[in-house]
Amino acid sequence: MTTRRYDVVIVGAGAGGGTMAARLVPLAAAGKKVLVLEQGPRFLDHDFTGRELDMAPALFADGGGFLTADGSMTLAFGQGYGGSTIVYTGTSLIAPERVIRRWNVPDLIHSDLAARSARYLGQNNVHLLPTDEINENNRLFVTGAAKAGYHAERFPLNLKGCRGSSLCNLGCPNAAKQGTHRVQLPAAERGGVEVVTRAEVRRLGEGRLEVRITPRPAGGKGTESEWAPGEYSVATDHVVLAGGSIGTSALLLRSGLAGLPVRVGHGFTAHPAFVLVAEHARPVENDVGHPKSFFLDRGEREGFVLETCMYFPFVTAKNLTGFGPDHARMMEAFPRLQMILVLACDRAVEGNRITINRSGKAVVHYGFTQTVRESLAAATRAAARIFFAAGAVRVHAPLADPPVIEARDQGRIDQLIAARHFLPGATSISSAHLMGGAGMGWSAADSVTDGFGRVHGRPWLRVADSSLFPDALEINPYLTIMALADRVADGLLADLKTN
Amino acid sequence: MDPLPLTSIRPVFRAAAVAFVPALEPASPAIWEAVERTIAAALAGRPPGVTRQLALFLRMLDLAARLRHGRSLAGLDLLARVRLLERFERSPILLVRRGIWGLRTLVFMGYYTQEPVIAGLGYRASAAGWSARR
Repeated sequence: MTTRRYDVVIVGAGAGGGTMAARLVPLAAAGKKVLVLEQGPRFLDHDFTGRELDMAPALFADGGGFLTADGSMTLAFGQGYGGSTIVYTGTSLIAPERVIRRWNVPDLIHSDLAARSARYLGQNNVHLLPTDEINENNRLFVTGAAKAGYHAERFPLNLKGCRGSSLCNLGCPNAAKQGTHRVQLPAAERGGVEVVTRAEVRRLGEGRLEVRITPRPAGGKGTESEWAPGEYSVATDHVVLAGGSIGTSALLLRSGLAGLPVRVGHGFTAHPAFVLVAEHARPVENDVGHPKSFFLDRGEREGFVLETCMYFPFVTAKNLTGFGPDHARMMEAFPRLQMILVLACDRAVEGNRITINRSGKAVVHYGFTQTVRESLAAATRAAARIFFAAGAVRVHAPLADPPVIEARDQGRIDQLIAARHFLPGATSISSAHLMGGAGMGWSAADSVTDGFGRVHGRPWLRVADSSLFPDALEINPYLTIMALADRVADGLLADLKTN
Repeated sequence: MDPLPLTSIRPVFRAAAVAFVPALEPASPAIWEAVERTIAAALAGRPPGVTRQLALFLRMLDLAARLRHGRSLAGLDLLARVRLLERFERSPILLVRRGIWGLRTLVFMGYYTQEPVIAGLGYRASAAGWSARR
């Protein structure tokens, strides 16, 4: 086993880890050794082919097929230099004030989080798309929403040189999306921070990490690791966990640290989501342009958010309810489809948590509360109204039975779409917003970390990712992850200065 | 080499696959091979138990067809096959619903990722984005 020594080790190179790395450049400049360990590979620009079959196995954990323990929800999270920022759509929203207030985290105030978020809006080139770059799928959402009595808002996006490939979720083939893989991590490396990919942290102990470097598989995407394949023992004074909600909880649990707060793995939330599809009588420009330019926030009043979206053929097929001739007819209408993504604003409840199996792999337990089912039904009704108001001839609604609603029946949306039709295991549900597991709070009795991400009773150990969320965020989480990581970095730098 | 690690129950697998994607009924051997190779590659990345569970589930579907209709799954006409699988899709037992969902997802992955199929749907997304359209 090879031994290495660093002053600070960051585990994970996503939104949180990338932000931490960039913030610790002054340490590196002062001669301290800062290391980022990332489980996934460092992709090359030409790796991003836009083909589902190539990209999903390379970019996502379990090839995008990571399921909850009972198999009723698919969890999508990216692995690689940049983490899930490689595969998100770059939608950049500041956390709602009401959510931060409800979190009730000591010393965490909304104005501070908003100011930190604003810094990253600037760094990552967040702006509104010009109107002439918005495709018809998105425009239909806006006009349909207005006619149905809703107000759609435009997503600020972190793009530079977007060509409108529509392939954001498979990794931008044009290097336009300004995730941490394009901004913070390269800046950190230029500043002396070392990033090592294909590095799985097996266990964590006080002042030491066990790391396995894996070789690049034959024909695989990305570069070889920066270190030779093999087992490593990395000694360090400070560890920052940023492996994402699932990765961080699993690492903490399998490391078996004595006296760890009992809430590790608890408080998992996911914004359960599904895709709604509507068929128009004429072609809809849907497979070019940024896929997610608008949203409708009903989180506070009705517990859901609608977002425009456009997915690829396999993901679309998987998300439609059912199979056979009706399913095939909807797929054959692909050039005439409009799509909306429905997200429920779930709440942290007992039982929804992350554990590990005997081999130390994460197991995510998630049950759909009645409130979530009602939110999904309310969201589906709202989306169906928007589709029909935009001119759709039929709507595919997973919470209707049968799931296809014709335009002539749009007056009966309230009767046709209901939470009772939600059937776990049959209704395709997925999540890309994985939150909680190492939540911030007041003490080891109610949380895992304090308001600056320090694990209770472990001054050398911090968390800087979406694990910190004590409850769901109700919006796309990456900007808040960055803002919290920025705050964790402040705490670490202050502690190091004091010591 | 056989691309699909389910040789012994291939007729049942193909009967179910056609019920999920009727366009596979008249598909060429080349399309079937591509679909099965894609599924085999996905299964190869999973624990071996997944393939065993899949094989067991397919046998269970075939047995159900024989008990209910007196014919194998492959012996049922398309509509009867779809109806039978729909019953399982709405089963009160989560494990059975998951089985159908998992099987259909594999078939969709095998079929809707093939380039000729994607092109046939009219899906044209490319890195060139707007410049290829305007």
